[in-house]
Amino acid sequence: MAGLELLSDQGYRLDGRKATELRKVQARMGVFAQADGSAYLEQGNTKALAVVYGPHEIRGARSRALHDRAIINCQYSMATFSTAERKRRPHGDRKSTEMSLHLKQTFEAAVLTQLYPRSQIDIYVKILQSDGGNYSVCVNAATLAVIDAGIPMRDYVCACTVGFVDETSLADLCYAEESGGVSSLALALLPRGGQIALVQMDARLHQDHLDTLIEAAMTACKGVSKVLDQVVRQHLQEGSTLRE
Amino acid sequence: MLKSKTFVKKTRAGGVMKIVREHYLRDDIWCGSEACRECKQESTVLQADACIESNLCPYPHYVVPDTNVVLHQIDVLEDPVIRNVIILQTVLQEVRHRSAPVYKRLKDMIQAKEKLVYTFTNEHHRETYIEREQGESANDRNDRAIRVAVKWYSQHLKADGLKVVLLTDDQGNKEKAEENSLVVYKFDEYVKNLTANPELVDRLALSKDDKAEIISSKVLFPEHLPLSKIQSGIKSGTFLQGTFKASRDNYLEATVFVQGDGAESTEVLIQGLQNLNRAVHQDVVAVQLLPRNQWVSPSSVVLQDDGAAKDDDMDEDEEEKALRISAAEAAGKPTGKIVGIIKRNWRPFCGMLNVSQIKESTRHLFTPADRRIPRIRIETRQASTLVGQRIMVAIDGWPKNSRYPNGHFVRSLGSAGEKGTEEAVLLLEHDVPHQAFSQNVLSFLPKMPWGITPEDMVKRQDLRHLTVCSVDPPGCTDIDDALHCRELENGNLEVGVHIADVSHFIRPGNALDKEAANRGTTVYLCGKRIDMVPELLSSNLCSLRSNVERLAFSCIWEMNHNAEILKTQFTKSVINSKASLTYAEAQMRIDDTNKKDDITESLRGLNKLAKILKRKRIENGALTLSSLEVRFHIDSETHDPIDLQTKELMETNSMVEEFMLLANISVAQKIYDEFPDCALLRKHPAPPPSNYDILLKAAKSMNVEIHTDSAKALADSLDVAKVDGFSYFNTLLRILATRCMMQAVYFCSGMDSDFHHYGLASPIYTHFTSPIRRYADIIVHRLLAVAIGADITYPDLMDKHKQSALCNNLNYRHKMSQYAQRASVAFHTQLFFKSRGILNEEGFVLFVRKNAIIVLIPKFGLEGTVFFDSKDKAGPSLVFDEEGPTLKVEQTTFHIFDKVKVTISLDDSNIQHQKIRMALTEPVIPGVSVAAPDVEPQAKKPKVDH
Repeated sequence: MAGLELLSDQGYRLDGRKATELRKVQARMGVFAQADGSAYLEQGNTKALAVVYGPHEIRGARSRALHDRAIINCQYSMATFSTAERKRRPHGDRKSTEMSLHLKQTFEAAVLTQLYPRSQIDIYVKILQSDGGNYSVCVNAATLAVIDAGIPMRDYVCACTVGFVDETSLADLCYAEESGGVSSLALALLPRGGQIALVQMDARLHQDHLDTLIEAAMTACKGVSKVLDQVVRQHLQEGSTLRE
Repeated sequence: MLKSKTFVKKTRAGGVMKIVREHYLRDDIWCGSEACRECKQESTVLQADACIESNLCPYPHYVVPDTNVVLHQIDVLEDPVIRNVIILQTVLQEVRHRSAPVYKRLKDMIQAKEKLVYTFTNEHHRETYIEREQGESANDRNDRAIRVAVKWYSQHLKADGLKVVLLTDDQGNKEKAEENSLVVYKFDEYVKNLTANPELVDRLALSKDDKAEIISSKVLFPEHLPLSKIQSGIKSGTFLQGTFKASRDNYLEATVFVQGDGAESTEVLIQGLQNLNRAVHQDVVAVQLLPRNQWVSPSSVVLQDDGAAKDDDMDEDEEEKALRISAAEAAGKPTGKIVGIIKRNWRPFCGMLNVSQIKESTRHLFTPADRRIPRIRIETRQASTLVGQRIMVAIDGWPKNSRYPNGHFVRSLGSAGEKGTEEAVLLLEHDVPHQAFSQNVLSFLPKMPWGITPEDMVKRQDLRHLTVCSVDPPGCTDIDDALHCRELENGNLEVGVHIADVSHFIRPGNALDKEAANRGTTVYLCGKRIDMVPELLSSNLCSLRSNVERLAFSCIWEMNHNAEILKTQFTKSVINSKASLTYAEAQMRIDDTNKKDDITESLRGLNKLAKILKRKRIENGALTLSSLEVRFHIDSETHDPIDLQTKELMETNSMVEEFMLLANISVAQKIYDEFPDCALLRKHPAPPPSNYDILLKAAKSMNVEIHTDSAKALADSLDVAKVDGFSYFNTLLRILATRCMMQAVYFCSGMDSDFHHYGLASPIYTHFTSPIRRYADIIVHRLLAVAIGADITYPDLMDKHKQSALCNNLNYRHKMSQYAQRASVAFHTQLFFKSRGILNEEGFVLFVRKNAIIVLIPKFGLEGTVFFDSKDKAGPSLVFDEEGPTLKVEQTTFHIFDKVKVTISLDDSNIQHQKIRMALTEPVIPGVSVAAPDVEPQAKKPKVDH
């Protein structure tokens, strides 16, 4: 049997999008009252919940504290029901540890941690449904949660996964595309300055194509940032009308 | 708009997964019609006045074929008459899943601009997407999707006066479409009413109800098992899976080649019509072994299925009985029966029509040129015109109650025996891709006028000032190598081999590259060339013609006067060849002592070095073998061969060859050093000692000793092998030695450990010097370019498994092209003798067989068999001695190398298999030999041995 045709000759992808089109992004902020900040974000069928506590005093080993900035603690997990196959996912498995580490690095680059010396910020992200681009969705959800918590950041951190197939870059991969043998790259961007917070790629790709792929990822991230900006503005508007 | 698609899928482990996928519906998918004013499309495919001469639909319309129509009737759809076709995405996807070859043809059809085929992405269109309903099967849903799309189209284009016609062969689908008031026709109905092109009708594949009509009720064959049963049978070991290979000589016998693990592969013998059970040559089949007491051995009887009158089932039993009796005597080989077909490997077959005796009949049997393919029953109304023509026929199916498979006529190649037709047949039968290059491929050619740009120069050396020239056979237009030689200031010589830089024009992975990789090699037939790359490249941009600037890949050595290499340099370059010479012209310049120009001096330098190189090579043990190559003088107007000449070799031939060898070896070493895992190399394995038996015996009969311990020993002993008064002996011996050799093959260095090239006595070798006509050279160019930093790599180049797969294809194409070449020479030889009548020529006995001798005629480079027994009458007494080998016919004994005289004539009694007939005239054996030439030879049935 023939494999999946990821990009048809007419330029449509499996789910009917064109190469540069993102999936539908929907988000809500402040979904949890007891946390300092929270957000829920859907990007197509990938759904994530992000919760932020802090900045607060260091819990546990005091020695971890940094005298000039806050430490960021990230925890990533996936719900047992998040994938097609139901699996028990113990905390601290290799994949989620790695993902936690990536998230931590991303947010250390974006949050103005030096404003809160000797303190700690906790970011918890849970994937409720997984359909590709887990890292990017987590970053996008966590950005909203951090904003909701009122923690100052340099800029939104927006992330997007892109893939390369038939000499074309595909933006925002879904699971079928990610698993269909595409070399994919995840990129987190601070869109206003165009600084890259994190690039991650573990597939083989010819060096010549890397620039075009990163270019495509940055365009996609800027698209995401527009949506996030709208969500934040709408949330603020709702908040202010409530208070009046 | 967003829809989500949910479906359940079974995993490999047996669990059930629910898969949810998003499905976006769009409203920016346009209809592709020129007439439409609603859609905001930039370019259109379909014409506004889409008319075709038809009784059924005289109005302008577009046609929408459904999946089954595309799958079965692609032969008709491909015809240039049928244009303005809409292919729905649903259809495209279904075709993709069901048949890869048809999918490729469909895609080619979509690419072809003049066919006007538009692909409509109906599954993502907001108004034509439908969801599967409760209890609806996937097929029904797809049929409905097609109907919905057609409905949308007809409403969409109503205002513009265009209709859309759905073509389907499915009765149920047609009825439902009629309920929805769509214009719908059966495909054969539609085609039969195309008034301008009645010949399309014959190309229609038989649909199911037609098939039911043909077959009688008697069941001839056992049922094939379903695939699931076959698979479980193979798993449990009761069945074996293998490739079916029919016997050339006996239509009731075949073998199934079962590939085991590693070297363990076995052959299973299949005998009898019932056991063969409708398998066709090259099918992948499942066999069940018969109990050991029923095992038989291959029969030596030659059986041809030739009773034209005997249709289906009559005399079959008798023939089978004859087969059994002859087979039962000897000890048996594993024997089995076919229980099911795993994969059919049907392709269109070339052959000729046997017209049915009944005059009005439209059903006829078709006899393929390949004897291993059974005859095929086809339906045609133009039998009278097809008689005497070579035609192509595709098999549609083989029902269990039919003696022959059913098929349909694809196209006619022309009348049999004509040059063009026979050429087409031999290309098709040798699987040589020879269609014109598709638009898609041509789109990757450089735009004309082409010139060298500054970007091209960045990584190139400018060698335009050098006195480069090329030396090739006369009439050569694809010049891929040029040479230069000059003296350096330090007294050494600089020698350069410049090869056309084809890899500059053919970039990895594009359609042009894929096409070239598939073709693998240019095929040279007598008077015709089947190019591997489009002509613009092969004869113009890549061809290193004189006095134009061309891109090249150069290999430059610094040598001293003893031809020892001091320095080697590889570089991409630009050259300007000063002269394109033929071998003869170059030879004349070298010999003409008055000429003192640069080109001549350069040639003399090269020639001098080449002689030293050749001597060194031969000292190392390289073999000089011999085979007679024939060249036809072809009449410029009729293109018939008028004379025939064995190819002459000049000093300049070996001069060019010597430097090509040197370049190939240098490059092979370089790419292997750089890429030990994925260098593409060429090896020539040493033949097993048993191969030499025939050579040793033959030499011994003339009291000559041949040593075969090593290539060097062989070369030396061949050099000294001489018999007084028999000057041709040495050449004959070398011809025999050539027959003992193995095939040289391409391979990937990461997949093999033995690199040795036996014939050239070189530890490493590759092909670098002919990228215009061999794909292997293009890969080698790419590897070398990467090694010197002049180009970039790409993943497939570094993948040894992919490269090894590529090597397999190249080896296959190379082999087939050689066969095609030989077949072409054989055909031209026949043409030549046709015009000559009967000739009396001198020849030598090359081999001695049990019932025949094989004779070589040096004058024509022609080999033929003289048989001493014949079917219809008692032959002379034959005594064969294997030790000699000698054959005693009556009182005369034949040895290898005996001089004989034979008559040569063309036997065209069987128009599909014409052959050269040889008959003995000297020595005279009463009752065996024939008298002087102008007497018609009879009684013997000799044929040419390919």
